[in-house]
Amino acid sequence: MKSNKHRFHRWLALLPLSLVLFLSGCSGITVLDPKGPVAESQKDLIIFSLWFMLGIVVVVFAVFTYVVVKYRDRANRNDKDYDPNLHGNTTIEVIWTVIPLIIVIALSVPTVETLFDLEKPPVSSEEKEPLVVYATSADWKWFFSYPEQGIETVNYLHIPTDRAIEFRLSSADSMAALWIPALGGQKYNMAGMENILYLQADEQGVYDGRNSNFNGEGFAAQTFKVHAESPKEFKDWVKETQASAPELTQDKYNALLKPGLTGKTAFSSTHLEWVHHGTNDGRDYAIKRHEEAYEEHLHLDNEMLQDKADGHSNKNEGHE
Amino acid sequence: MRLDEFFVTGEPLIYAGMVSIALVTSAALFLLTYFKKWGWLWREWLTTVDHKKIGIMYILAALAMLFRGGVDALMMRVQLAFPDMNFLDAQHYDEIFTTHGTVMIIFMAMPFLIGLMNIIVPLQIGARDFAFPYVNALSFWSFMFGAMLFNISFVIGGSPDAGWTSYTPLAGAAMSPGPGQNFYLLGLQLSGIGTLATGINLMVTILKMRAPGMKLFQMPIFTWSTLVTCFIIVFAFPILTVALALMTIDRIFGSQFFTLTGEGLPMMWANLFWMWGHPEVYIVILPAFGIFSEVIATFAKKRLFGYNAMVWSMILIAGLSFLVWVHHFFTMGAGAFVNSVFSISTMLIAVPTGVKIFNWLATLYKAKIKFSVAMMWALAFIPSFVIGGVTGVMLGMAAADYQFHNSYFLVAHFHYVLIAGTVFACFAGLVFWYPKMFGHKLNERLGKWSFWFFVIGFHVCFFPQYFLGLDGMPRRIFITNIAEWLPLNIISTVGAFGMGAGFAIFVFNIYYSYRYSEREKTGDSWDGRTLEWATPTPVPYYNFATVPYVDKYDAFLAMKEKGETTYDEERLEPIHMPSYTGQPFIMMGFLFIASFALVFEWIPLAILGLAGGLIMMIVRSFDYDEGYYVEVDEIKRIERKARGL
Amino acid sequence: MSAHELKTGPLEYRTQEGQMSIMGFWIFLAAEIVLFSTLFATYAVLFGRTVDAPTPGHLFEPGIVLVMTFLLLTSSFTCGIAVHQMRKGSVKALIIWMVITLALGAGFLGFEIYEFVHYVHEGATMQSSAFWSAFFTLTGTHGLHVTLGIGWAVLLLIQIAKRGLTPVTSRKMFIISLYWHFLDVVWIFIFTSVYLIGMVV
Repeated sequence: MKSNKHRFHRWLALLPLSLVLFLSGCSGITVLDPKGPVAESQKDLIIFSLWFMLGIVVVVFAVFTYVVVKYRDRANRNDKDYDPNLHGNTTIEVIWTVIPLIIVIALSVPTVETLFDLEKPPVSSEEKEPLVVYATSADWKWFFSYPEQGIETVNYLHIPTDRAIEFRLSSADSMAALWIPALGGQKYNMAGMENILYLQADEQGVYDGRNSNFNGEGFAAQTFKVHAESPKEFKDWVKETQASAPELTQDKYNALLKPGLTGKTAFSSTHLEWVHHGTNDGRDYAIKRHEEAYEEHLHLDNEMLQDKADGHSNKNEGHE
Repeated sequence: MRLDEFFVTGEPLIYAGMVSIALVTSAALFLLTYFKKWGWLWREWLTTVDHKKIGIMYILAALAMLFRGGVDALMMRVQLAFPDMNFLDAQHYDEIFTTHGTVMIIFMAMPFLIGLMNIIVPLQIGARDFAFPYVNALSFWSFMFGAMLFNISFVIGGSPDAGWTSYTPLAGAAMSPGPGQNFYLLGLQLSGIGTLATGINLMVTILKMRAPGMKLFQMPIFTWSTLVTCFIIVFAFPILTVALALMTIDRIFGSQFFTLTGEGLPMMWANLFWMWGHPEVYIVILPAFGIFSEVIATFAKKRLFGYNAMVWSMILIAGLSFLVWVHHFFTMGAGAFVNSVFSISTMLIAVPTGVKIFNWLATLYKAKIKFSVAMMWALAFIPSFVIGGVTGVMLGMAAADYQFHNSYFLVAHFHYVLIAGTVFACFAGLVFWYPKMFGHKLNERLGKWSFWFFVIGFHVCFFPQYFLGLDGMPRRIFITNIAEWLPLNIISTVGAFGMGAGFAIFVFNIYYSYRYSEREKTGDSWDGRTLEWATPTPVPYYNFATVPYVDKYDAFLAMKEKGETTYDEERLEPIHMPSYTGQPFIMMGFLFIASFALVFEWIPLAILGLAGGLIMMIVRSFDYDEGYYVEVDEIKRIERKARGL
Repeated sequence: MSAHELKTGPLEYRTQEGQMSIMGFWIFLAAEIVLFSTLFATYAVLFGRTVDAPTPGHLFEPGIVLVMTFLLLTSSFTCGIAVHQMRKGSVKALIIWMVITLALGAGFLGFEIYEFVHYVHEGATMQSSAFWSAFFTLTGTHGLHVTLGIGWAVLLLIQIAKRGLTPVTSRKMFIISLYWHFLDVVWIFIFTSVYLIGMVV
């Protein structure tokens, strides 16, 4: 009995300690290592809340350890500090109601502020117009359309640094969510509606992006790389794509929409010319054309995924 | 439909499952026949309306479901720790996390708690059964048949694979054709009938059948938590009923509620689902709070601190639980204002919950804590749940939630609250009330082994997942193809197996204690405080020979001081009891057939099944069986034997 | 369970079983309110989503709906009279008024079925659009409740004819009257928020 109890306490003491160790040791944790102002503001909010939470955890754990150790039933325990009928104390009950309430208020204020800020492009690049990118999800791939540049990429994304990106999110079929943790939080892609998500990269680099909302068998494969590069490099990339990539025809686009996996491609025109999946008219575009295809299984396993990542296989095109 | 479409084929794991199901079933059939136990099974169990027996059946079924959901969990953990083994492919993984979630919430957590309520609540308030014993049996069989329907999808027709949340349009007919999703819809619908009926039944029982003198604010806290839970059930479950019905009509009859065609609105499913789903998580957490309160007060040998605050905080939590559903999809793009409102309402829940935590701590203050196994589960709950709670507040901060949503941070959070809250409470409650149910205690030494394996395994399993989430690992992916994620996933899997070991020891303990534990001689196994401990063990089928007059909180404590018992020969009167009946079993059997037929869209058979159910209702309507009386002599005989007089 | 019976008060409230059943049914009605509220909310959200199918303003006919409303409201009134007769202990009057009630309910159902068939002919079906799915489900659920209510009441009338008025039969009768009034209230909401608004918008 006694040894059990002691193990119990030692183990409890480890919990907050490990939290601190993890946090100090893992600056490589994506969400806590932001590469742009949006992710930065979210990280700040998370860290801000974490201090409160850590405080609560420490207080509760301390009180808990104290009462459990002090008031355990043991052989030499005298009954002086045993009060079986103690059952209330208004002062202390008011205190421990009010303090959590104050904490909630303290957390609400920055939450609401950040929420409203996130609906606007980041302040740091106010002087530049945001770059508009239509990010369209389809089972299980991403289309990124740059209407101003007249180009479209599949399963990869180039963006300039220090400029806000205005993502217009929608889906051709199932619900997805665009998440680039290094640059900021996610929002849903849905057919028939359009969500706007502002993100921005301040540091150059290649970041992981993905669909984070489960949408069927190919879900794990619906990832993409974000290439954040200097405005000049971005411009060059746009020019090169405009010059060298083939034009996107509606037939080609319809074929790409078929549920399945596909590799990276680029086009010198966008599908926005004939369909906006984010509008009421575009919501059943994919499902009407590929009704039967949603029944088929991919038989996706780890090996296939590795192959896809290495660029060997292109299952969708194999079928065409 | 061809036979190879009807049965799931081509998966070695599922073949193994089929073989084991066939073996277990035939073994059970053989044993029942060999020992001539069919009559016993029918008379004593299948037709029973006794709340104690029904409760035991609930708990046994819930333990079986915990095993099934646990095996699902271990399979997922193996796949995530060893992605190169190719243990599961994407499709199989999707099916497993879907059934894991559904089974654990609907067919494990709720039935386990409802089972405990079944056994304990009437005893705590001095009642002789439920208000409607017949309906209680009906509830159980609806749950049981619903659970069976959901579980056979594993070998027949194929499991659902759209997640336990079943978001549309993915779960709709266009993108998830076939019977899998229908199993989810009809399995939940069938068992939902029973849950709603239990909610009504327990509410009337508590409001109308309390011992004379017992005021609402003198009820034991577990009974209070049950009453509040029943309010949530009554107001939340019809929403699920409608949501499931609409999707069923969509899938089977081609309507356009949640479809992409016909201007349907897929996101309405998410709203309806969580308008039920969020109250649902309080349906499984409030009774847990009640159990912990009872266990802590008993083994602290001290009156519960802040009883009124405990009750009011539960009522407040129940109310708030209906006002926070949007926090499950802050990322849907409802706008900053809507998200702000729901963000604040979500965080507000932390206030009454915090009050409860402090009240438990204050109960331990100046107490005399005895570290029995039940108490250890309750004590482990406090720090573990606080971690789950504070991360819940972090998730409630909508702007930050954009980063947490759909990630392992969320997975870690809800396992921290549901396991540390609900599962620990199920174990605590079962260990605590076990002697009342079976006449002997569970072995404490084995109990402690299972406790430590499970609790340490739990933290090792889920604590790393917070960091996986912050590192961008989304939930529901079947691979860990990013190298940095692998080490923490392996740790997590080790922990999961620790929990598995804990559960195995727990089950072994049930067998071991059945064989070797000392039988209880008194009804008061733990020096209890509430009326359930006033009955002899095993509890006579009529519970109380004479119902005590109650004018105090902790009624049994007061009775012990005054030397009163529940057997006062002077006051004996014949006791009116309900008769056993096979009708509930048969009625729900018909509805099972109807649901099964609907899964495969065999409409004529479904109509036949429904007709059978209706006929059983007519039979019930004309049934004027008014039960029977237990005569005074019979009561005397039973009580004298039980009390060793 | 106590079998003590009170000697005064309405028959259906004299036993504890009676009181508990009635309370349980009130709680059940609360759950029914949630159920219908959810259906109303669904209908409101999907309002106007008719795609190519006819619009409600085009199809709804005030005449039929008024007749249906009149039938159901009257049936609620006659059901009240039936319970009044029960309290006075008159089995015969009770049965007569209940038969009238059920006849009115059946009339209501007849018109509803006619209405549905008519809409389907005009191309507004359960499958044609989200709006019509919601419409048929909401009104259909109410219609199904009325149907079940009629069947249930018929069973009960047989029992009352056989057994007369006892605490059990009168409790059952009282409960079914609650159910019937409830369906009437739901219909008032359907009438205003589905038909009146549908015809105006």
